[in-house]
Amino acid sequence: MKKLVFIPLALFIGLVVFLFIGLHKNPNGELPSALINKPAPAFQLRQLQNPNQTFSTEQMRGKVWLLNVWASWCEPCREEHPWLVAYSKTGIVPIVGINWKDDRAAALRVLSEGDNPYAFVVSDPEGRVAIDYGVTGAPETYVIDRNGIIRYKKAFPIEQDIWDKEIVPLVRKLNQ
Amino acid sequence: MKFFVVAIGLIVVSGLVSVRSQTANDTLLEQRLQNLTKQLRCLQCRNETVADSPAQIADDLRKEIREQMKAGKSDDEIIAFLHERYGDFILYNPPVKATTYLLWFGPFLLLVGGTLLLFRFLKQRRAMIETKPLTAEERRRAEKLLREI
Repeated sequence: MKKLVFIPLALFIGLVVFLFIGLHKNPNGELPSALINKPAPAFQLRQLQNPNQTFSTEQMRGKVWLLNVWASWCEPCREEHPWLVAYSKTGIVPIVGINWKDDRAAALRVLSEGDNPYAFVVSDPEGRVAIDYGVTGAPETYVIDRNGIIRYKKAFPIEQDIWDKEIVPLVRKLNQ
Repeated sequence: MKFFVVAIGLIVVSGLVSVRSQTANDTLLEQRLQNLTKQLRCLQCRNETVADSPAQIADDLRKEIREQMKAGKSDDEIIAFLHERYGDFILYNPPVKATTYLLWFGPFLLLVGGTLLLFRFLKQRRAMIETKPLTAEERRRAEKLLREI
């Protein structure tokens, strides 16, 4: 009988522990991507700089490549931009950009202000391709392997640390 | 003359009918959209539904869903389409699978556990009740009280 008295206390302590752990978790943390290890949705879109030409995912078949979703209105993308430029100069992996729901002139201005890190940049003004990729915000980066399978996704700017520790080793492995 | 009046009347009426059925269809579609998007979680402002969220992505998703509905897709097909792309997170009604067993069956476990505890508690209480016969003095007082009523 006496022991039962401590049950509410034990439950309460358990609850406190759970809430305490919850407090230290990032509520806007990264969501698991539903597309990891699944084929990258194929698309064909107009190129940003030259709308008469299109880019198709077929063109990258047989290559390991990065797909980067960005927009001129997206602050973290602008922060990420110079890093991407630096990464592209290493020649480790080609980066394809999807310019997401953007104003074409504003996007072109971003590319002309600094260097252009992208092997190709396409426009997705309606965000249709972004829906196919399950894009929830910009920037987002995907690593796609030689068979067109998505191997990695980051819904966060690719900082040097992420590049060195996650992307480069993965690209090397996929290239073997 | 009469013929023309009737013909014009018919044209006007049929026009009105088609406009009405058009708007009725639209309201129906919007209602369906509202019902479906209420079951979907916005991926940007995490605790809002796609129906309520002002986020751009929710807007895009509503547009996409509306178009799929117009193309004759069923609600289940649309949900499958979104689930494939955004994963379980978009569903406010999570599927039953290994990682969600606790979520789905946890409350029943608690209910069963609570019921067992309750029965144990009641049994212990019952054991505590002692039956004590009345003494002669108590019986006399009780009888006197009963008579007074």
